[in-house]
Amino acid sequence: MDHRLAFHDVHPHYHRYHRKADLDSFEFTYKAEITSVYKLTEQENLYRIRILDNEDRRHFSFRPGQFIMLELPGIGESPISISSSPSNHEDIELCIRAVGNLTTFLSRAERGTRVGIRGPFGTSFPMERMHGGNILLIAGGLGLVPLRSPIAHVQEHRSMFDKVDIVYGTKDTSRLLFKFQYEMWKKDDIGLHIILEKADPSWTGPVGFTTKVLEEIVKGRDDSYLANTYAIVCGPPVMFKSVCTMLSERGVPMQKMFVDLERRMHCGMGKCCRCNVGSTYTCLKGPVFDYWTVMNLKEAI
Amino acid sequence: MLFRVAEKNEIKTLYNMLAEKNAVVGPVRTGKDRNGAPLYAFEQIADFQKLDLGYTTTRLPAKRYFLPFREDLATFTMNGREWTKQIGYNIDRPYVLFGLHACDINALNKLDKVLMGPVYPMPYYAAKRKNMFIIGIDCRPQPFCFCRSMGADTVLHGFDLFLTDIGDKYFIEILSAEAYEIAKDLKTEAPKESDHLQYMRTVAEKNKQFTAHVDTTDLTKILDMEFQSPVWKQWGDKCLGCGTCANVCPTCYCYGVEETVDVDLQHAKKIKSLYSCNIVDFAEVAGGHNFRPERSTRLKYRYYHKHRGFVEAYEESLCVGCGRCGEACLAGITVPEVIASVRGEEH
Repeated sequence: MDHRLAFHDVHPHYHRYHRKADLDSFEFTYKAEITSVYKLTEQENLYRIRILDNEDRRHFSFRPGQFIMLELPGIGESPISISSSPSNHEDIELCIRAVGNLTTFLSRAERGTRVGIRGPFGTSFPMERMHGGNILLIAGGLGLVPLRSPIAHVQEHRSMFDKVDIVYGTKDTSRLLFKFQYEMWKKDDIGLHIILEKADPSWTGPVGFTTKVLEEIVKGRDDSYLANTYAIVCGPPVMFKSVCTMLSERGVPMQKMFVDLERRMHCGMGKCCRCNVGSTYTCLKGPVFDYWTVMNLKEAI
Repeated sequence: MLFRVAEKNEIKTLYNMLAEKNAVVGPVRTGKDRNGAPLYAFEQIADFQKLDLGYTTTRLPAKRYFLPFREDLATFTMNGREWTKQIGYNIDRPYVLFGLHACDINALNKLDKVLMGPVYPMPYYAAKRKNMFIIGIDCRPQPFCFCRSMGADTVLHGFDLFLTDIGDKYFIEILSAEAYEIAKDLKTEAPKESDHLQYMRTVAEKNKQFTAHVDTTDLTKILDMEFQSPVWKQWGDKCLGCGTCANVCPTCYCYGVEETVDVDLQHAKKIKSLYSCNIVDFAEVAGGHNFRPERSTRLKYRYYHKHRGFVEAYEESLCVGCGRCGEACLAGITVPEVIASVRGEEH
């Protein structure tokens, strides 16, 4: 009797559209090209990236707050927040600081470099739920990068929101990101409040931490404003903690505040465990969490 | 599930039937430890005599046949600015795993939940898991075994055949259709009532032999309450941060990915290596910030993931109570002692 066991082949049979439940979506990479590199500061570049396959590009869609895994074959792979408008199906924009192995290599890459992208991954800011309300977009340092996507959504749907303010705190004038957009944001009736930790002679605005200017904004508004306000917060843990505590005390409900967390990731798909906070996967349950959830994550704060 | 009984020497027939056309992996004796007790490992075997079904436990779990310590996720061929990515799941034939204990099969069932669930199933694992014909075997509790506390002393699914020694015969559970087809060629009989009774007596006898226990009552809540407990610092001071516990754990699956370029600059590889959350840079991000710089926070995180987070997600803990981590730990840290101390019991 022949008892040779049958071999079960789980190898990919080509699927055009990849779904979370497909085995072959795991290591699927869109091949893409860097179409422009724009120097924002000494450390950060804005990369415009285009998926090469026409059909894949049309079908690639994401929501504000989601991230992709960016791969340079032979160098490595990193999670990067998408920093452009979800309605742009031609290119995606990634603002990346040269800080690690992959990002330093990337800072030397030129237009035309072929990269791989996987995703999009993670949760997003629930923009539709915020329709009809006020929004406070609060960023500390590089935290402005993932907020550029919800800001673009607000600009494109400006009539859907009441008062919109961006509060942006960073070290000094040399670190300011997306300077070319400030006038456009203001023209779209978005209040822009920048605060620097360190002033220089050219700076006439406020100096201090984000909470200082936030406090002034909140002081000038009434209770009905706070009751109908959503906050989107991204920055270092000390910053989002003080910001959310303050807003919570003033009456913004915890489930209306959304925090974007950053962690190390090696897969983006809830497998490698590197991004776990407490025992929650940042890549699956985050990176966008409401503040109540963040408060309940052991280790988050 | 179908129950049969067979004479003991039928196991050799079973082995020979399977080994004729398939690769077989099973427990073999590899040496002695410093106290003279035999050491065992799961290795590929070519001779039934090598198979030691009466083994106590293995130092390393059978995990490496499902999650190799190191494997290629992809290879790249580069040509100027162009590149192509080739993906393979690193298995080309079925294997027979002959003689896994219930804890180790339960460990695979737990891994299935993460690695073969509905959200981004991992094909590298699935390809191997679907190609392993698993024969379970009953065992005798060792001093470090606390599988009964973790509900992992018996296994209900995730294998093909399970053998229990009931004295002069093997009591056989047939779970898969493939196993049924194979068992048809063995000399087996339908179990009689006396065989059922003998099976129950065997299990009852085994249950009396457990000496290590973990109290899991309300453990997820207690871990939350005791998050700031000073006992974590005490265990952290003992921990060497070496990652051995994760290495020998049948359910630890976390990993790191790195990419390398060949010297000819024409080829590159994306390599996955199993990692451990106790190693210092586990949660370090680019730029140098480390979310868990202390050994105590990393050790605590490991317990949180296994005994709280996994329970929250799947209603069961990510520990089967095999006791391998405690046996392998150079600092002598064991799960029953850590949990007891968190619960405020003496240790």
